[in-house]
Amino acid sequence: MAWTWFHRLASPPHLYAFAARATPWLGWPATLLILGGLYGGLVLAPPDYQQGDDFRIIYVHAPSAWMSLMVYVTMASAAAIALIWRMKVAHAVAASCAPIGASFTLAALVTGSLWGRKMWGTYWEWDPRLTSELILLFLYIGYMALRSAIEELQRADRASALLAIVGVVNVPIIHYSVIWWNSLHQAPSVMKLAKPAMPASMLAPLLMMLAGFTLLFGALLLVRVRAEVLRRERSAGWIRAALAG
Amino acid sequence: MNVNTPALEAAWLVFARDLRLALRKPGQCVQPLAFFAIVTTLFPLAISPELSRLREIASGVLWVGALLAALLALEFLFRDDAQDGTLEQYALSGQSLTWLVFAKTAAHWSLTGVPLALMAPFAGAALGVRYDAMPWLIAPIALGTLVLSLIGSIGAALTLGVKRGGVLLTLLTLPLAMPVLIFGAQATDLAIRGASFAAPLYLLCAMAVLAVTLAPLAAAAAVRMSLE
Repeated sequence: MAWTWFHRLASPPHLYAFAARATPWLGWPATLLILGGLYGGLVLAPPDYQQGDDFRIIYVHAPSAWMSLMVYVTMASAAAIALIWRMKVAHAVAASCAPIGASFTLAALVTGSLWGRKMWGTYWEWDPRLTSELILLFLYIGYMALRSAIEELQRADRASALLAIVGVVNVPIIHYSVIWWNSLHQAPSVMKLAKPAMPASMLAPLLMMLAGFTLLFGALLLVRVRAEVLRRERSAGWIRAALAG
Repeated sequence: MNVNTPALEAAWLVFARDLRLALRKPGQCVQPLAFFAIVTTLFPLAISPELSRLREIASGVLWVGALLAALLALEFLFRDDAQDGTLEQYALSGQSLTWLVFAKTAAHWSLTGVPLALMAPFAGAALGVRYDAMPWLIAPIALGTLVLSLIGSIGAALTLGVKRGGVLLTLLTLPLAMPVLIFGAQATDLAIRGASFAAPLYLLCAMAVLAVTLAPLAAAAAVRMSLE
């Protein structure tokens, strides 16, 4: 009995209606958390004793970087569910994840590079975390390129799902090899981000932003999934009824 | 080969067939080697003919050249067999497709990766690598191209029948091959400097073991998808 709700989600009309109902429940808390986090981070939190006000970019940078990985894992999980249980709507979920994840990755790269301009004096440093973020962006781009290159929807779904799973196996290997690569080459000494325990007034807004970004991803995903379901089921009868009612 | 042929023997037959077919067209086998030689020539012309400067970047040049040369050839890993229906027959043969795909990939590596690795010392000599270091250039590149062929076999199977698949294959494969490049270039660099390069070589071996274990499974699944 407990699992019936999950099975019902596998049917496109139910998923469509569920996504429509659930979007505001994620979207409004996300808005409030992000606004609150921004106010706490940009206004209330004290300036850092070393970085002054520059450190405040962390309130956008860290949540974006966190989401870039989480979205990839979500995408690969949806892809695995779709391949294993042959659940068609899970393909729609995986496909909807990719542009969102790529955007978060790009946001993390841009904010990281701006932060680097202030901290290291250059827009780009081959810092291990920035480098693995860049490779992650390539993985997203490859996924989307493969989807758009295959015309037949079912094949595009299955091929890109396999690619997402292969990618997620590789992400930790890439991450750690990039870290070793840089430490073997001698790391610049400026970037010792060994976190000296943040005071609560700095940490609380960061946690709010993390939670807000996670909910924002949920809301964006639901909106995209609805669009994707509409696109896939455009010839189905229930759509007429759903759109009329 | 039929359903009752033992898996290893079937794989061996596919491996031998691919080698025989390739050696009938020696011109095609030489292409990646010529590409590698040309890329290696570009660097002295673009940077400086001074051997001391070239020696500094030799490991990077060798690796980028070898990876790109091996990638170029990957596009043709499954293509001919997919077009004439051989791949479909493999899938229907009742044999494990994983083994057959692995055999094809191994044949591909023997025809591109191994010759590229054997050529690396000569390319290295042109980049100012000292003679006593030259033999040590072979092993890292041989292992690295093996991993690249295995990772690339997944990409090659996924992009079967896709228009302009070559560019896409590069886009899919290279990000996944970054760890190979990192440790491979590290091993080669240490070898050129005359230092011990065992540590990165062991990591390359570990990646090769992982790739041999997992990549053929994924590649076989991808071949099945593209045949549907």
